Amino acid sequence: MNSAPRPRSSSDPIAIFSLSELQEDSGACVLINDVQIAVFYLPKETPPLYALHNWDPLGKANVLYRGIVGDIDGELVVASPLYKQHYSLGTGRCLEDEATRVPTYEISLEGDSVIVTLNPRRHAA
Amino acid sequence: MTTKKIVVVGNGMVGHYYADKLATHPAQHDITVLGAEPRPAYDRVHLSEVFSGKSPEDLALTTREHYKEIGVKAHFGDAVARIDRDKKEVVTDLGRRFPYDKLVLATGSYPFVPPVPGSDLPGCLTYRTIDDLGEIRAHARKGKVGVVVGGGLLGLECANALKNLGLQTHVVEFAPGLMGVQLDDGGSTMLRAMIEELDVSVHTSKATQKIVPGKEHQLRMEFADGTSLETDLIVFSAGIRPNDQLAKQADLEVGERGGITIDYHCRTSDSDIFAIGECALFGGRIFGLVAPGYRMADAALSQLTDTPVSFQGADMSTKLKLLGIDVGSIGDSHGKALHKGQACASFLYSNDRERVYKKIVVSHDGKKLLGAVLVGDCSDYDTLLQFFLNDMDLPGNPESIILPADSGAEPLLSGMTLPMSATICSCLNVTKGAIVGAIEGGCCSVADVKSVTKASTGCGGCFALLKSTVDAELAARGVEINNHLCEHFAYSRQELFHLIKVGSLKSFVDILDKHGKGRGCEVCKPTVASILASLWNEYVLKKEHVSLQDTNDNFLANMQKDGTYSLVPRIPGGEITAEKLIVIGQVAKKYQLYTKITGGQRIDLFGARVNQLPDIWGELVAAGFETGHAYGKALRTVKSCVGNSWCRYGVQDSVSMAILIENRYKGIRSPHKLKSAVSGCTRECAEAQSKDFGVIATENGWNLYVCGNGGMKPRHADLFATDLDDETLIRYIDRFLMFYIRTADRLQRTSVWMNNLEGGLDYLREVVIEDTLGIAKELESQMALLLNTYQCEWKTTIEDPEKLKRFRQFVNSDKEDTNVVFVQERGQVRPAKETEREALLTLS
Repeated sequence: MNSAPRPRSSSDPIAIFSLSELQEDSGACVLINDVQIAVFYLPKETPPLYALHNWDPLGKANVLYRGIVGDIDGELVVASPLYKQHYSLGTGRCLEDEATRVPTYEISLEGDSVIVTLNPRRHAA
Repeated sequence: MTTKKIVVVGNGMVGHYYADKLATHPAQHDITVLGAEPRPAYDRVHLSEVFSGKSPEDLALTTREHYKEIGVKAHFGDAVARIDRDKKEVVTDLGRRFPYDKLVLATGSYPFVPPVPGSDLPGCLTYRTIDDLGEIRAHARKGKVGVVVGGGLLGLECANALKNLGLQTHVVEFAPGLMGVQLDDGGSTMLRAMIEELDVSVHTSKATQKIVPGKEHQLRMEFADGTSLETDLIVFSAGIRPNDQLAKQADLEVGERGGITIDYHCRTSDSDIFAIGECALFGGRIFGLVAPGYRMADAALSQLTDTPVSFQGADMSTKLKLLGIDVGSIGDSHGKALHKGQACASFLYSNDRERVYKKIVVSHDGKKLLGAVLVGDCSDYDTLLQFFLNDMDLPGNPESIILPADSGAEPLLSGMTLPMSATICSCLNVTKGAIVGAIEGGCCSVADVKSVTKASTGCGGCFALLKSTVDAELAARGVEINNHLCEHFAYSRQELFHLIKVGSLKSFVDILDKHGKGRGCEVCKPTVASILASLWNEYVLKKEHVSLQDTNDNFLANMQKDGTYSLVPRIPGGEITAEKLIVIGQVAKKYQLYTKITGGQRIDLFGARVNQLPDIWGELVAAGFETGHAYGKALRTVKSCVGNSWCRYGVQDSVSMAILIENRYKGIRSPHKLKSAVSGCTRECAEAQSKDFGVIATENGWNLYVCGNGGMKPRHADLFATDLDDETLIRYIDRFLMFYIRTADRLQRTSVWMNNLEGGLDYLREVVIEDTLGIAKELESQMALLLNTYQCEWKTTIEDPEKLKRFRQFVNSDKEDTNVVFVQERGQVRPAKETEREALLTLS
């Protein structure tokens, strides 16, 4: 379950770019204050945008945005391109390893602009 | 019921096993563990690995925290000084007192040092604990030569340690041969020869009379035969003696030659005190291996946990690697005992060239296995041990077990033939009965069974037997091993291929809509992408296909561990001009890529960042290179020898044929990667028989071989057709490949595919050569379509600015991934190791 996102405060660093930069059903990577954030665009889902840290904690490389997205038992996931572990797009939870979780970030669509905020979302355990 | 106080003295492997098992048992006990060594239990069996790179932590079996978590009070570095049986408490060196209801002695053993004058000089050491290793290392630093006294199992393990420390190593043994307990003369002689090849000097029949200070080295050993040997350190490893002093002082019964006497329940002469492991004496013997120690622990445990089992002695069969040499010994390896009053018979296979020695000892009638010796090759050990432990009838010709197997022979033992009492996993003592029980309890896979029974979680040597047992039991229960692609498609790849073809479906969305459910995943998406490519052959990075592609296809390069890529330009047949070689060199130099020659006669360029790929390929394409599809489940390479253009022996132009084949099939997508080769004569320098399809020249044309592969399970290809002309050869390959692409499972190589075809090779010949299915024309025209629609994916990609956007590292920045860090090695880059990276990142 996701807790309600904290309202964006004016001090949080953000990245803004056009939706046309993103490929449908794929990932891309944005950089905010040297933090790499993998951004996924799934136009048929609600919400259509997801943001996770780009670091694969099990593969130990910045590669998550290059993974294939899909679902496992209905949960939206990205499969690590290195060793294929699944990370939940919604919560960052690793489906294969309870102890592993990737930070997730606020992301929204305003008009044609994608806005990613460097404000880690918290999730109920 | 009040909680019983259990005190375990000793925290070696067996003491730990006992405490850990008792603590995790549902019955509640108040457990205290007292270890004399300063650290919790560790794996003593693999002690010598500390000198080959492992840290003492790697050997740890537990931690103080773990004991805390499971509610065990543990104290280390304070040995127990005495037992007060009247007060029922133990007292430590530091005077601490621990009362007990039940006491478990797991005090282990100490190395036997022969009472030779001088054996207490500095430099005379023992090999038992991690602290001993510290001593050995300290002395090794000051010297060059090391001697191990004792040519038994422990002695040779210790010799390995000295060798790993870089010492010139000698083994001195009192008996005439090495490992006299486990091996017969022949096995012992073979082992000696193999050890001497490793530059370890072996001296047998040597009785040390005294040790004195040496002239050139620290010490001199003087032997009974008048010879002597100088060395800088001596490690005594000539057997063990039980640590039974505590028991002696407490007036417990001990054996004449040491060892705390125990009964079937591992009880000592005081029924509140147990003894387990190497300190215990059962039936007049000390059991100096860890597995019998665990069985004793199980027996002692069962007295407290209401399911009593008894200890009945233990099999001392053993399999191990000594100095890297496989050695195995089962039962009566010497064949000296009588069996039912009759002398036994033995069979022997000895191969000096390959350094293999195998002997089996069988009963007079040849029906039962009584013992075995294996040196240099232990691959038959598990099979032999099952025959031995389960008293199973041997096959009519028992020698067949140890003779080199004909390729393709059926395994002699499978899970189904074993009795329920057979031990499958000897480390964790899991029987076939327990495995069957787990399956009946609901386990449906090898992984389930492993996690429930713990089988195959020790050394892992029994995995193949475990898997065959589980598979056979599941099959016997009618469990359908389903071949559904994944949770999104309830079809096999072959079925899906057919549905897509018949329905003329061209996009994943349509296919999922019609035949699947959910959103897809990293299994079905690339499979569908591959099928679409095999059928319609559209550009793989086309908008509706790009999100389906596996990691490597997605960026048309091979992802490496640090997230950078390697790339391989196509070099058909391995033939390349000087100009093109120079271009590759220039590109590698410009982008600082690591270069390596591949096994398929190509050049692999490593260390390209994702954002560099388009520029690199721009230069390669400009110089006339095409993509090599090293990233795809596709034809990789067609290797060749120079053939009759240059070679004195060549009978056909193998290079031209290889180039023709490679250019013909490049780019077609298949269920798995495909490799090929063409040899110009029967000498087979291109190794065509290790390929999915291989061609070997004859005086009259070409022989075609199919379904071979290298890799994890190498398989020689089968001869498919002989003396073919060029045209027929190509026609057969067209049909063969297309039939494979249509009908194989996902990630199934040609060899496995053929094995699964009913009728195998003969059936394949019928389909491809005789066209019994009447589909040959269709296969050929499907292939023709693929050949006509070939495109170099990199050329297409670099010409499309929209596609190139995907190769940016960041959507919103031109920076690069700072986590990618290279260091130099042998004049080229390689990814920094974690420690190196940390150091470099801190500096910057």
